[in-house]
Amino acid sequence: MTATAPTAGVPRVSGEGEATGTGHLEELRLDPIGLMKRTRTECGDVGTFRLAHRDVVLLTGPEANEIFFRAPEEDLDQAEAYPFMTPIFGEGVVFDASPEQRRKALHNQALRDKFMRGHAATIAAEVDSMLDRSPGGGAIDLLDWFAELTIYTSSACLIGRRFRNQLDGSFARLYHDLEQGTDALAYVDPYADIPSFRARDAARAGLVALVEAIMATRQSAPEPAKEDRDLLDVLMSIKDEDGSDHFSAHIITGMFISMMFAGHHTTSGTAAWTLIELLRRPEYLAEVVAELDGLVAEDPEITYQALREMPKLEAAIKESLRLHPPLIMLLRVAKTPVAVGGHVIPTGTMVATSPSVSNRDPQAFANPEVFEPSRYLNGREDDVGNPWSWIPFGAGRHRCVGAAFAMMQLKAIFSVLLSRYDFTLTQPSDTYRNDHSKMVVQLAQPCAARMTPR
Amino acid sequence: MCVGVSLSGPGPAIVMVEVEVTVRIVVDRDLCQGHGVCESEAPEVFAVSKAGELTVVDERPRGDRRAIEAAVKYCPTHALRIVEEP
Repeated sequence: MTATAPTAGVPRVSGEGEATGTGHLEELRLDPIGLMKRTRTECGDVGTFRLAHRDVVLLTGPEANEIFFRAPEEDLDQAEAYPFMTPIFGEGVVFDASPEQRRKALHNQALRDKFMRGHAATIAAEVDSMLDRSPGGGAIDLLDWFAELTIYTSSACLIGRRFRNQLDGSFARLYHDLEQGTDALAYVDPYADIPSFRARDAARAGLVALVEAIMATRQSAPEPAKEDRDLLDVLMSIKDEDGSDHFSAHIITGMFISMMFAGHHTTSGTAAWTLIELLRRPEYLAEVVAELDGLVAEDPEITYQALREMPKLEAAIKESLRLHPPLIMLLRVAKTPVAVGGHVIPTGTMVATSPSVSNRDPQAFANPEVFEPSRYLNGREDDVGNPWSWIPFGAGRHRCVGAAFAMMQLKAIFSVLLSRYDFTLTQPSDTYRNDHSKMVVQLAQPCAARMTPR
Repeated sequence: MCVGVSLSGPGPAIVMVEVEVTVRIVVDRDLCQGHGVCESEAPEVFAVSKAGELTVVDERPRGDRRAIEAAVKYCPTHALRIVEEP
């Protein structure tokens, strides 16, 4: 595919790496937010950078974002936009489906409101059990701790508690290697022989082996009671005509990886950043803890309704999401010419928008670089008021279907954490930062903290 | 339907007004993702199928106003609006 002709009319950002021929790929692997900010500064709402052999048109600003988010799948398609996900999910899972099939698959029953009450209790129990492992408190690594916790919460809620109870920390460690296998080099070759891709493939094989072992224990065990059955039991019960299993461990593992993917590093990172931002502001943290203590005094079992009414905690989570969105760039491929800002983006071009850039748009947010939970309190609604700029969950018809679940989960996590423990940052405050070297953004290690029983 | 409206502003007065209104439910179909929060809050007004298709069973509900307001407030995609008609 030629790089130049299609988007000739759209302004191009400076700094293409002519020497290697990979365009802005190296910069994207080092400082993606810097690249996207510069694209907006130099080109405005519609600007182009080059990712290896393909042009990427970056849309920023509320008008261009609205076009991006209102476009149906048939115009701006996600399937081809994330080639780094195929080796993670496995061939034949998720992105090989048609837009219509995907819409249905995305409609995950476990995310329906009627299941949220049960999920709230499940999550609280998982946080309790993580905390019970170190009753005296101690040092924790924020990335490892929250990544392990959210493996347990998401597997328990989305697959079932029976499956979760057959997992230990090894599942979380393998899952982390998968997430680290998202180097943007995948746009050149998703199977390139580099350490992070080798670790990714080994991790996927390791997860298949774990799931196979769990399936083997079930094959020889007595049938569980109907109410204890989980998604794995259901999938294993589906047989072909000759009586053999319809789903292999490879396919089941791929389904589980993909179900958990969207809600794992995102929730884990947001939990860590919310804690870091709160610990940077002890006065606001005290208000959040007072809000929680008030609710606990009313009813020690944090109810689903109580979780919906925690304005101070919710504002802190929203503000962490604004400043540290887990997805820094959302991608599509134009399946038809798309008109935006006086330009026409030709079929086949990659189109992007950036939560990192938009969430700090000074036109939308006063003091955009400052953590200010008051943006969402006392009648102010900077999120609802800027639907095409406040986009940590995306927007419009493709808005994250797990957003409500994520918010409930984060509130449930902090309700338990902050009622039982005090936390302190044990590194200089400005050393907590994100690692942007992979498409899946994670907290850079070390990211140490200490917890002490209250 | 009788609705208590409290108007509190910078001034000292808090006025309680009793008004007769009918409400109409408006759905932005571009935004609805079929989470079913509205159905949980106001099952007499909203029904969401297993496939996530929303039906407004009663477009001009006369029942529990608070339940309808909760449905609008907690809709995860802000797809619902109440329009008041005199």
